[in-house]
Amino acid sequence: MTDDDRVFRALADPTRRFLLDRLFERDGRTLTELESELEMTRFGVMKHLRVLEEADLVVTRRSGREKLHFLNPVPIQLIHDRWIGKYRERQASALAELKTELEKEEAG
Amino acid sequence: MSTMMETKTTQVYRVYIKATPQAIWDAITKPEWTERYGFGGRVEYELRPGGSYRVPTTEAMKRAGAGMGISTPDVMVDGEVIEADPPRRLVQTWRMLMDQATEAEGFTRLTYEIEESGGGVSKLTLVHELEGAPKLAALTAGEREAEGAGGGWSWVLSDLKTLLETGARLGG
Repeated sequence: MTDDDRVFRALADPTRRFLLDRLFERDGRTLTELESELEMTRFGVMKHLRVLEEADLVVTRRSGREKLHFLNPVPIQLIHDRWIGKYRERQASALAELKTELEKEEAG
Repeated sequence: MSTMMETKTTQVYRVYIKATPQAIWDAITKPEWTERYGFGGRVEYELRPGGSYRVPTTEAMKRAGAGMGISTPDVMVDGEVIEADPPRRLVQTWRMLMDQATEAEGFTRLTYEIEESGGGVSKLTLVHELEGAPKLAALTAGEREAEGAGGGWSWVLSDLKTLLETGARLGG
């Protein structure tokens, strides 16, 4: 299975998309926190998280005694760039535009 | 439960690149590499604890700014090296000076971890601790891409992967 296959397979399930949505909302959650939002056994949630980890959509880090789950958007970015990236505009002028926007916000 | 209420402000990015850890290390720390992907700034690293880190604003960024009648700072990003263990681990502080809002949020903490993963592939993990820096966090998460700010770390790492694996950069 290629990396892309793993990503699409992981995304082809509503529970796993739900878990990613929760992490998008707030990153760095424990299994216990994620489990509390689903009507599913702890084992079931672990299985889904493992598929997400294998696709690299979720990366775990230890923080003290806790294992925290983070949404890793890079695999989706790679898929995006494969078909959409070539239309991207130069970044330098983009940065300058953003600066203008931010300064407008501050003034306003 | 207190842990559930705690606001987590760390972003984690991971990418697998068909390259040696040394090649990835060089691509992060050497200006002749950093000018070829992402925002294209030429980094200036003193790779020792307490050493300085700066990304001078590029001529292209300055020209673009001048064309729109706005001033760009001479240095776009600055910080300090906390730990440099080539080609495995780099820890540093990181502050975006592009505008007053991100400058005021102060220094954040950035960690690069590079590990061999077999088959000539290396795993690059970037951890950005963004406590107290919500504006910068939105920027690094790519939430301001529609306004032309670029796609944040995901985009930078995707571009880095493309450069190291194909020798070319993404469109643009």
